[in-house]
Amino acid sequence: MGSQGGFNQSKEFLDLVKSIGEARSKAEEDRIVLSEIETLKRCISEPDIPKRKMKEYIIRLVYIEMLGHDASFGYIHAVKMTHDDSLIVKRTGYLAVTLFLNEDHDLIILIVNTIQKDLKSDNYLVVCAALNAVCRLINEETIPAVLPQVVELLAHPKEAVRKKAIMALHRFYQKSPSSVSHLISNFRKRLCDNDPGVMGATLCPLFDLITQDVNSYKDLVISFVSILKQVAERRLSKAHDYHQMPAPFIQIKLLKILALLGSGDKQASENMYTVVGDIFRKSDSSSNIGNAVLYECICCVSSIYPNPKLLDSAADVISRFLKSDSHNLKYMGIDALGRLIKISPEIAEQHQLAVIDCLEDPDDTLKRKTFELLYKMTKSTNVEVIVYRMIDYMISITDNHYKTEIASRCVELAEQFAPSNQWFIQTMNKVFEHAGDLVNIKVAHNLMRLIAEGFGEDDDNGDSKLRSSAVESYLRILGEPKLPSVFLQVICWVLGEYGTSDGMFSASDITGKLCDVAEAYSSNETVKAYAVTALMKIYAFEIAAGRKVGMLPECQSLMEELLASHSTDLQQRAYELQAVIGLDAHAVECIMPSDASCEDIEVDKGLSFLDGYIQEAIEKGAQPYIPESERSGVLNIGNFRNQDHHEPSHGLRFEAYELPKPAVQSRIPQALLPSTEIVPVPEPMYPRETYQTPVTPIPSNPSNAGSAELKLRLDGVQQKWGRPTYTPETSTSNSTSQKSVNGASAVNSTRETYASRKPQVEISHEKQKLAASLFGGSSKPEKRPASGHKVSKASSHMVEKSHVPNSSMEVASEKTVPAQPPPDLLDLGEPTATSTAPSLDPFKQLEALLDTTQDASAANGATAASRSPDVMALYADTPVFLHNKDDADLLSGLSNPSVTNMPGATARPQLTQSSSKGSNPKDSLEKDALVRQMGVNPSRQNPNLFKDLLG
Amino acid sequence: MGIRFILMVNKQGQTRLAQYYEWLTLEERRALEGEIVRKCLARNEQQCSFVEHRNYKIVYRRYASLFFLVGVDNDENELAILEFIHLLVETMDRHFGNVCELDIMFHLEKAHFMLEEMVMNGSVVETSKANILSPIQLMEKAS
Repeated sequence: MGSQGGFNQSKEFLDLVKSIGEARSKAEEDRIVLSEIETLKRCISEPDIPKRKMKEYIIRLVYIEMLGHDASFGYIHAVKMTHDDSLIVKRTGYLAVTLFLNEDHDLIILIVNTIQKDLKSDNYLVVCAALNAVCRLINEETIPAVLPQVVELLAHPKEAVRKKAIMALHRFYQKSPSSVSHLISNFRKRLCDNDPGVMGATLCPLFDLITQDVNSYKDLVISFVSILKQVAERRLSKAHDYHQMPAPFIQIKLLKILALLGSGDKQASENMYTVVGDIFRKSDSSSNIGNAVLYECICCVSSIYPNPKLLDSAADVISRFLKSDSHNLKYMGIDALGRLIKISPEIAEQHQLAVIDCLEDPDDTLKRKTFELLYKMTKSTNVEVIVYRMIDYMISITDNHYKTEIASRCVELAEQFAPSNQWFIQTMNKVFEHAGDLVNIKVAHNLMRLIAEGFGEDDDNGDSKLRSSAVESYLRILGEPKLPSVFLQVICWVLGEYGTSDGMFSASDITGKLCDVAEAYSSNETVKAYAVTALMKIYAFEIAAGRKVGMLPECQSLMEELLASHSTDLQQRAYELQAVIGLDAHAVECIMPSDASCEDIEVDKGLSFLDGYIQEAIEKGAQPYIPESERSGVLNIGNFRNQDHHEPSHGLRFEAYELPKPAVQSRIPQALLPSTEIVPVPEPMYPRETYQTPVTPIPSNPSNAGSAELKLRLDGVQQKWGRPTYTPETSTSNSTSQKSVNGASAVNSTRETYASRKPQVEISHEKQKLAASLFGGSSKPEKRPASGHKVSKASSHMVEKSHVPNSSMEVASEKTVPAQPPPDLLDLGEPTATSTAPSLDPFKQLEALLDTTQDASAANGATAASRSPDVMALYADTPVFLHNKDDADLLSGLSNPSVTNMPGATARPQLTQSSSKGSNPKDSLEKDALVRQMGVNPSRQNPNLFKDLLG
Repeated sequence: MGIRFILMVNKQGQTRLAQYYEWLTLEERRALEGEIVRKCLARNEQQCSFVEHRNYKIVYRRYASLFFLVGVDNDENELAILEFIHLLVETMDRHFGNVCELDIMFHLEKAHFMLEEMVMNGSVVETSKANILSPIQLMEKAS
């Protein structure tokens, strides 16, 4: 205990530290700290406290803050202490100040003066202490106060000072790049510093600078390469070695910089190949630090212009990482694999099993990393399996941050690669059910639109099947206790639109369910509003079909409640419902046409239906209307439309009419951005919406035929009403449901919408044809921008498949995959196909041909069986963290660092038989057979994986 | 930025040293330490020494009763950070001789001084033990 409590420390301080150390609970610790605060408040302001005592007080303040309590009462004393003459007291003062204050604190201004003075000190340790403080405390405003001195110190004879001065400049650059833009050359100069420490520090600002602007630093490639070469050849002093590696942290930083400089630059990259290759060879693969450098090499190789030899080396290292027993190395391997597959996708194949093991691993970190890898390698052939797994995992975790992320990835992948609409809907249902409140509402709108529009082909049968299955699944899901609001909105909308359309469910079934929803989620007005509108639709369809409407008692009581609701929106809906029920079949059919949510709403801006009335009026002697443009004689139509966009200053008349417009127009550009993130972002937009625009000119509308001269202006209007794409509701017959969002003004527009629907003519046939021509042609299963998911869905055989009512995951993957070669990692359907295939003959023959195969797989089985005991044995052998439980020394295991660092080294030979070098055809056949074997006989390692395939 | 914070926490979850390279308020620090300590202490020795937390990663290593946790940006080399922790421990070991939790508690400022030499602006700037320790030794001699 000699080192504990030096001679200089008071008993008071020792007691405090001891009592904190012995505190058994947070509450006890808090009590100690609170009483300490009282003591310090009393003592610290006493006059004439000796320096040493004061230093101790300040450290006690540091303790108070470290343990989570406020010590601001003592900040000023820490500031005062920076003035002290004694170096150690001064430095403690600076330390405390940097720990206590952020750079905008009022007290900083009191320190700047001290810093300025100290930067001029003869004692370089004082200068260093001041530079440390500069790096923490100087903000944008105070940079000029110290900048000249810091620049001067770049030429200081002491390397420690030069290094810290460089870092101070780096800090200034981070805070305010413009403040040091004229000093950038200093960084280049210091790169050639005699001292490797200064050179190493200079790499930090250079890395930032190069990240910002690669092209200005291409000339340094040669310098960086030559420095890296010298480091790798051990030209630096031994002092920088770490575990026999020459300056590994500098190597890593240089490799990071080279990765930036060589990215997409063949010429620059060619300069790097030799040195990176050397490092691959020289790095000690048996130590953590060696592997850290190797990992950085892989990052570099996968970033610069590809070189086959280096890619091979990288692949070798990756396979070693993945086969290691150390989870850390596996993690690095998975990450590295994710980087390398961008360049050589084929390398993933040989690591299938390792990746699946990582996916199955109980270690959450490893699992997430693997999901990241899978996300990067998703394509249309494996999307089902990957998304299925992701959702499974999403359900199992509680961390909302990651849940949001993985849910958004699921949505993104599903939208990009969905093999069928049916699958897409099922997937979305799952995402909504389990992460609904984390999902962007736009995703829900897309789902509704998809259900409404179906496949976009002339296949009404398929569409109605899809809807029926959606309705059926929603009725089932409604049985679940607590559903997210967003999902309930989707459910209500779909039930309202299509609940009774196929005749499977009666109106009273559906309305009963909807009433249940409104009741169960009575605090959620949006859901209630959706439910009421859905009720209205159901009743309207009933009336239109000529059936007698009998309102359920619970529905009646709901209506009574809502008619007196405090929410004007709900009240409005309730009154509308009441009004609709009172109408006759014909009127109802006009205002609530069935399955018309995607029809374009025609607006007769010429008000041609008033022609007769006007004619009558003119005949009676009224003045004909002269448009303003003709009245003024200057404004042409183009100007007129400009005003339309935004110029409220122009006259009362315009203001009144233009009001709703800016809102719509501001959304349209947003809607064009292709994005599928979950966090509120501009709305994802699909081709579906855009092709509506071509439809919107209304040649097919006979009722408008007479108003041809108004065409130009009609276009403008169509944009406003006919392209209602930003939310499905505006375009739909139930656009009332939007009112809850838009407020009262939307109510009026809805009325207009309904009114103007009347002269509308069906164009759905034409639309479907257009859709068919848009979607039918493209059956490429390749990755496309997010906006393309529906296009990919239209690929003919996929659609066919999705007509199978129960297209569960297994069926789907079995169906798709056999036709394909198994190129990607998780082509899990492939082994399944083998196992379900009527004969295994080809593989038996193969096994007969390759006698080694049996051995390999048998050996593999043995490995699998023996792996876990081996791991235990290994850990028993390695004293890494386990042996010194007695708290005495942290580092008694240090004497044998190689053991500490490489628990996987001894285990490696066992695993080699499962290695697979793609180069040797026999090996790859073996491996293939092995994979099949694994597929047929589920190994104990990952039973779940095969369960879902075989099941 | 690279390194965002360095924490030393004992196995009871009590903080023994905390250094943040980006400013967090006292409440934020408290919440963050609570969350990540709970996360890391629950893991076993076979599992990865890395934990993803929000938009950054924590690299941690246990020495006897003390956990060293380093919060880093996502593009940082985790293995290198793991070795940085080890280097820190080796350096403290050289200075204190068989360093233990109490050494750090009694000489909190010295542990901080070492970190000040090793890390600036969230980047590792010094890895030579002699260079890290010499200013501290000179200071001790002077006082």
